[in-house]
Amino acid sequence: MRRDGNELAIEARGVRKRYPSTGAGEPPALNGFELTVARGGVHGLLGPNGSGKTTAVRIMTTLLDLDEGEVQVAGYDVASEGRQVRRQIGLVGQYAAIDEEMSGLQNLMMFGRLSRLSIREARRRAHELLEQFGLAETGSKRVSAYSGGMRRRLDLSVALIVDPQILFVDEPTTGLDPAGRRDVWDAIRTLVRGGTTVLLTTQYLEEADQLADDISMLAHGRVVAGGTPAELKAQVGDDWIELVPRETADIARVAELLAPWASGEIRSAHGRVQLPVLDRTNSLLATASALRDSGIAFEDISIRTPTLDDVFLQLTGSTATDPLADQTAASPA
Amino acid sequence: MTTSTSAPDRPTDRFRWLLADTWTIALRDFTHWRNRPGIMAFGWLFPVLMMTVFIALLGGVFGMATGGSYLDFVMPGILTMTMFFGLEGTMTAISADASKGVTDRFRSLPIGGLAVVAGRCVADMVNSAIGLAVTALAGLAFGWRPDVSPPATVAAVGILLLLRFAMLWVGIFVGLRVKSQEGITAVQVLVWPLLFLSSVFIDTATMPRWLGTIAEASPLSAAATAVRQLLGGGASPGGETWFTDHASLLAVAYPALLIVVFLPLSALCYRHLRR
Repeated sequence: MRRDGNELAIEARGVRKRYPSTGAGEPPALNGFELTVARGGVHGLLGPNGSGKTTAVRIMTTLLDLDEGEVQVAGYDVASEGRQVRRQIGLVGQYAAIDEEMSGLQNLMMFGRLSRLSIREARRRAHELLEQFGLAETGSKRVSAYSGGMRRRLDLSVALIVDPQILFVDEPTTGLDPAGRRDVWDAIRTLVRGGTTVLLTTQYLEEADQLADDISMLAHGRVVAGGTPAELKAQVGDDWIELVPRETADIARVAELLAPWASGEIRSAHGRVQLPVLDRTNSLLATASALRDSGIAFEDISIRTPTLDDVFLQLTGSTATDPLADQTAASPA
Repeated sequence: MTTSTSAPDRPTDRFRWLLADTWTIALRDFTHWRNRPGIMAFGWLFPVLMMTVFIALLGGVFGMATGGSYLDFVMPGILTMTMFFGLEGTMTAISADASKGVTDRFRSLPIGGLAVVAGRCVADMVNSAIGLAVTALAGLAFGWRPDVSPPATVAAVGILLLLRFAMLWVGIFVGLRVKSQEGITAVQVLVWPLLFLSSVFIDTATMPRWLGTIAEASPLSAAATAVRQLLGGGASPGGETWFTDHASLLAVAYPALLIVVFLPLSALCYRHLRR
């Protein structure tokens, strides 16, 4: 079905989309959205809530009309060749779009039949997918009894029934616990090895970092930066370890002891030491063992990560706040 | 791995796929029934429960004005109510699919939108036909003795299922428009005044004249009165007004009007999902 000479999975140019319910003074959901995704691998679309991620996915999967611009998916135009586009794609939306009153197997059978498989083929494929996603034992149980992670995996497997060329995954781990999140990540990695192109949206920097080969950062309805995770993180700044000694007098000594692990300038202010690091977990272990024998008592030691807000403040050119100054920063994990 | 999704684009193929997809989507509801038989049985028996309440508790009071047996009077009304309740079933199913993303998933598949609606239609009509049969059988067990001639029975069943078909389109429209559980609950409460402000349970002759006329003008009254006239449920209630004289005509015209209004509105709602 691939059109000759088209090596791009997705190409979006100048897309504008304003919902009819948007107020006159408010900006459109997408405002000059541009995206180029090559075939193969995971492309991350990273942005905070309200940046237009879901709108972009809904347009690319033909669920939503665009106002202006052009989008090609698998070489087909989403506006005029919707049916062809739908034959090439799979969609995993923000909510697990599966029937709770049916079993996992019944869900897969139904969507298999709707994807033009024969009954026998649909059953074979259903069992294959249940096996692949670790749901073989619970396949005959009703979905309402599944955990969040299991639902997500079933949702993913439904999208894979006919082996789509391009899979859209919209915030797959929102609301999942760490174990469920890891399961979903593993499932996505498996897919990519099979040759599927994945477009993943997420608001978690860490998730994009874990999964994506390339990232486009979305803010206010347009892509504001792109590159590999490493390139983007370099723009944003490093993680840091924050230490609060019990005695303020110890601050200078702590900074001196930790200097070998610093990836940048160590800051000491407000009774804390802030140590920028490249490898968060190993640095924490190394610094902890260096401090253990020092005899210094600590109120608190924690790893901090620049939040997406920090990233976007920096990338959108607004008054770039120093991430180290943000004391409420929390790791997304 | 299965990659062969050959394009069935000839019209005959399209029609064949439409039928196959419609059946697959209807089968989904039938699977629900099998997975939770208790809930389904309750749905089919609820009209019987209502019937028992009306006959045992209220029959003496409401029945006084009807002259004949209250059972013969109320059974066509109970059957009308059974069809009217289908509105809630359709609305709830459509609303749940839309809010849980199932509708979007259907829309992301290379199937026609018509199959999704047709599948819902088949499942809901079969569901209501079962409800109708259960209620009618229960009525017969209670001692209801309608004048059954085959043509009259066919006509009565036809009128009732036509009302249900109209409720299908109202239900699709409301289900797509109402997004919250609160909205669904509001509709579930609002069906009751509509049922009582009609000749479904109560002879309109017992109402003040102006209220009785409003009640007789209800589409539910038209269906109930038409079924009464066909199956011999006593004399037309409330005497001879234009509405009771033309009940059979209205029992067809009202649903037809509802379909003419709500079918395009529902289609428009589906299209508006793209905006």
